[in-house]
Amino acid sequence: MSNLDQLQQQILTDIAAASDEAALEAVRVAALGKSGSVSALLKTLGTMTPDERKLQGPLINGLKDAANAALTERKTALAGAALTARLNTESIDVTLPVREAPFEAGRVHPISQVIDELTAIFADMGFAVAEGPDIETDDYNFTKLNFPEGHPAREMHDTFYMNPQADGSRLLLRTHTSPVQVRTMLAQKPPIRVIIPGRTYRSDSDQTHTPMFHQVEGLVIDKGAHLGHLKWILEEFCKAFFEVDNVKMRFRPSFFPFTETSMEVDIQCKRDKGEIRFGEGEDWLEILGCGMVHPNVLRNCGVDPDEYQGFAWGMGIDRIAMLKYGMPDLRAFFEADVRWLNHYGFRPLDLPTLAGGLST
Amino acid sequence: MKFTLAWLKDHLDTSEPLDSIVEKLTMIGLEVENLEDKGKSLAPFTIARVISAEQHPNADRLRVCMVDTGDGTPVQVVCGAPNARAGLIGVFSPPGTYIPGKDITLGIGTIRGVESRGMLCSGAELQTSTDHDGIIELPADAPIGKPYAEWAKLNDPVIEINLTPNRPDCTAVHGIARDLAAADIGKFIDPAIKPVKGAFPNPVKVTLDFSDTPPLCPAFGLRLVRGVKNGPSPEWLQRRLTAIGLRPINALVDITNLMTYDRGRPLHVFDAKKVHGNLVVRRAKMGESVLALDGRIYTLDETVCVIADDKGVESIAGIMGGEASGCDETTTDVLIESALWVPNNIASSGRKLGINSDARYRFERGVDPAFMIPGLEMATQLVLDLCGGSPSEITVTGEVPAPELIINFPLSEVKRLTGVDATPAETRRILTRLGFFVAGPDDTMKVAVPTWRPDIEGKADIVEEVIRIIGLDRVKATPFPRGDAARKPVLTPIQVRTRKGKRALAARGMVEAVTWSFISKDRATHFGGGGDALALANPIAADLSDMRPSLIPGLVAAAQKNADRGFGDVALFEVGQVFRGTQPQDQLIAATGVRRGLAKSTGRGRHWSNGGAAADAFDVKGDALAALVAAGAPPLALQIVPGGPAWFHPGRSGTIQIGPQNVLGHFGELHPASLQALGAEGPLAAFEVILDRIPEPKAKPTRAKPVLDLSPFQPIVRDFAFVVDRAVKAGDLARAAQNADKKLITDVGVFDIYEGKGIDPGKKSIAIAVTLQPREKTMTDQEIDAVAGKVVAEVTKRTGGTLRG
Repeated sequence: MSNLDQLQQQILTDIAAASDEAALEAVRVAALGKSGSVSALLKTLGTMTPDERKLQGPLINGLKDAANAALTERKTALAGAALTARLNTESIDVTLPVREAPFEAGRVHPISQVIDELTAIFADMGFAVAEGPDIETDDYNFTKLNFPEGHPAREMHDTFYMNPQADGSRLLLRTHTSPVQVRTMLAQKPPIRVIIPGRTYRSDSDQTHTPMFHQVEGLVIDKGAHLGHLKWILEEFCKAFFEVDNVKMRFRPSFFPFTETSMEVDIQCKRDKGEIRFGEGEDWLEILGCGMVHPNVLRNCGVDPDEYQGFAWGMGIDRIAMLKYGMPDLRAFFEADVRWLNHYGFRPLDLPTLAGGLST
Repeated sequence: MKFTLAWLKDHLDTSEPLDSIVEKLTMIGLEVENLEDKGKSLAPFTIARVISAEQHPNADRLRVCMVDTGDGTPVQVVCGAPNARAGLIGVFSPPGTYIPGKDITLGIGTIRGVESRGMLCSGAELQTSTDHDGIIELPADAPIGKPYAEWAKLNDPVIEINLTPNRPDCTAVHGIARDLAAADIGKFIDPAIKPVKGAFPNPVKVTLDFSDTPPLCPAFGLRLVRGVKNGPSPEWLQRRLTAIGLRPINALVDITNLMTYDRGRPLHVFDAKKVHGNLVVRRAKMGESVLALDGRIYTLDETVCVIADDKGVESIAGIMGGEASGCDETTTDVLIESALWVPNNIASSGRKLGINSDARYRFERGVDPAFMIPGLEMATQLVLDLCGGSPSEITVTGEVPAPELIINFPLSEVKRLTGVDATPAETRRILTRLGFFVAGPDDTMKVAVPTWRPDIEGKADIVEEVIRIIGLDRVKATPFPRGDAARKPVLTPIQVRTRKGKRALAARGMVEAVTWSFISKDRATHFGGGGDALALANPIAADLSDMRPSLIPGLVAAAQKNADRGFGDVALFEVGQVFRGTQPQDQLIAATGVRRGLAKSTGRGRHWSNGGAAADAFDVKGDALAALVAAGAPPLALQIVPGGPAWFHPGRSGTIQIGPQNVLGHFGELHPASLQALGAEGPLAAFEVILDRIPEPKAKPTRAKPVLDLSPFQPIVRDFAFVVDRAVKAGDLARAAQNADKKLITDVGVFDIYEGKGIDPGKKSIAIAVTLQPREKTMTDQEIDAVAGKVVAEVTKRTGGTLRG
């Protein structure tokens, strides 16, 4: 074996043995540095005869190239190994739990969600949303709605009264959303189409009653608006709200002072292990009251009952929420138990729309 | 209103089955609330005789009975009743029978090793009585094997309707029958009532004495019947009353109850011998009292109408008679009263005295005035039939009003209001059967309203009568198009704000609660309310007495309740009404939230990613701003001023305003004193913002957004740290920096606050990053240094701070 071969063997062995970049650099300097072994050989080329140079030149340069190539290769390998080693030290525990996104954790109360659902459905049918104050006058809550003074019909509402005012008159907490009908009719000319969601109050508390609850009311005042239209609107509403293809409804005559003809409406359903399915079954479930607006109410609100007519309906928001989403107890709506709210509440981005679905 | 099928059939000739009658009642507006058909529910229960009763081999208290059920083969029954014995005739139920009193279905059982194939029943098990001490014992002649309910005449179905307050006529079986007949369920039985001739003048004088106050008794009819023999009423009458839950008393009293339910005509009977002198109908005197028939003493005032004799009040008019002159078995002479009262007065007196009687129920709804005298005649006849005696003439004091209402009724009204084409013939038929008198041409009928229908006032009422009898199923659902009006938003600005505010807060991880609109007076007072005007006169509970001035108390209480249940890290919010006064404009919509424990805006509870810090003022500041901005508040216009209302920590709270005149809300940690007042443990951070106070945006002609102005030059960021007094607010410092060059400086961020080593006590370091956005050309170093100098100068001038070396 020639000296050159020996040297190359030695350098390549040293390169392969270099365990880090510093060692590799030492090998490089020893071979290719200013006074390195290969550099020294290269310097000898100048002193050689042309023939010697012709022979030795390619050999020495070949040695240099081989050393360079091995150095580069080794350097890349060492860098890769160093990175791998670093990355190994950087490993994290990806099984650690991350924080739930706030919008995943937050909840909208079922009452808010159902009001948004109602709004979506009725806006599509051309209804605006009207509201009124919780503290009302006797006049708007009762008298203008054709509840005669002292009539037993007033007793159907267990009214909360405010302390008497200076003039002796008493304000009250509205017992239904119907005073907003009065406010709406007094404030705007027909035709009128509004729904009126809101808080209502009755001095009643048991398994199925709370002193505060939520109603939604609908009012249409228009020429020619009749019971057939009312029936259609309520059917359309029930299908949309309960998200079923068909509903069967039963209209029964009843009595409310502010409507004449008055009706209660039952919806056909099937009860099955606490779940209620609509559009099937043999049971009837009362869901709302409705009727043609009483001529006295129209007159009291400055509408001529021979020119205009209309209809109204009302139902419990809490109640229809229970029917749709299966909450067993009304009282829990107002207890702010986070377990209940997390379970029955809705995610903030699940905004009900007709396009995207009310509850999907 | 309760009645039995047989009773109904006294007034209605019908062969319709019970189911059809019940269905029809509901569909014409007389909603059947309950149907009790013992003939059906007790059908499997038969009469049986105990042949032998032997001691159970394995149980002291049980007997093994062989029972003859009438089909020839004795049945073995294990029975625990103390009265089970040979020879007893009782009620037997075979296996498979549903036992209503126990809510179980009987099977074949083995009781302590002895087979039992059925049961001998107690009254409680059949729900025919409350007797559960022993099994039913029947007389010796009870027919073995026959259905018990039929033999005991329990098989008359009891129907209970949920009567609406507008139908006084249907407080009577007679009136219900009339409605059913109009709806083609049989023929109404309505024979004329024959007057009973008086044998002598009524010796008792009646005076209506209301002096100059409004009269409370339009008319008062009275008759004396002498020589009656009072005692238990006949079995048919007792059974009828018992079936609807009334207790038979004696014939005279039972007759008044019968008249009440049969005809909706409450009467009163006085024992004439216990009445002293003549009768006066008058207002009670203040403080006057009476022992009424329910055994209670009522203290009266001058709003209550009474019937009095020389000794005092004998009866609370139209509501309840007095004990002193009540009829019992010793009564021989009876005064029968049939009178009219002012409905509203009866309602208010009844309410005030707390008496719910069958008489009040009818008088406050309005009895048929035209039936006052026929009712008295009919009652007299019943008295003569059941008790004998000799009647006086009737005296009527006052005047029976004769309401006469004739309505011009265009048939087109039915179509106009219901969309249904009713024929003239069916309209006439229905109204006539309901007792209306109909005349005139088909297109505009003249309809006279019967005296028993005070609820009928005008055309719309007639339409209702026609449509409810025709049947609401004739109304066809008719599409109601939305019309060609442009589609516009249907929500008002405050509705939009409410809705967006809720979603924004929920998106920050908060959970929406709905709490009571009323809170306790203490809490209301602590949070700026509690005035008399906003207090309820009749709260349902002491802690629900005042309209809430703030949502914080309700939410804090709710948070504490959750904590008590073991869920202490809660973030609750509510967007709802608060009350600053009684007028509509005093009712505002507040978006309010509380964060308790570790319920931070970044997440709830302890977590490996941070040390489990408690929710603080900055969490709720973020919530408040998020709610406001989501609801449409201009973010750059919102100013934060230190401090807030007294219920916040004075040093850890802030006020959000747009200028000092428009305060939108507050945020911060709650004051420890407030927590104490609310009975809550803290720390608790809360915010409340009033959504009504957000200024309306200016109306714009188009929805186009402003032109986007992008600079081609790179922004430059320079950091500064200033040492300032501890009291200096970062917001003020940042604003000072911003003001150094309002055009060039587009953003100032606070990125570090430091107190401690290297900074003098009482001082702190605030580090800011100032972003410069050149507009026309790239800035030179000199230009940048010049702006930096201005920033330092401005901050130094405004805050007294020095650039940290």
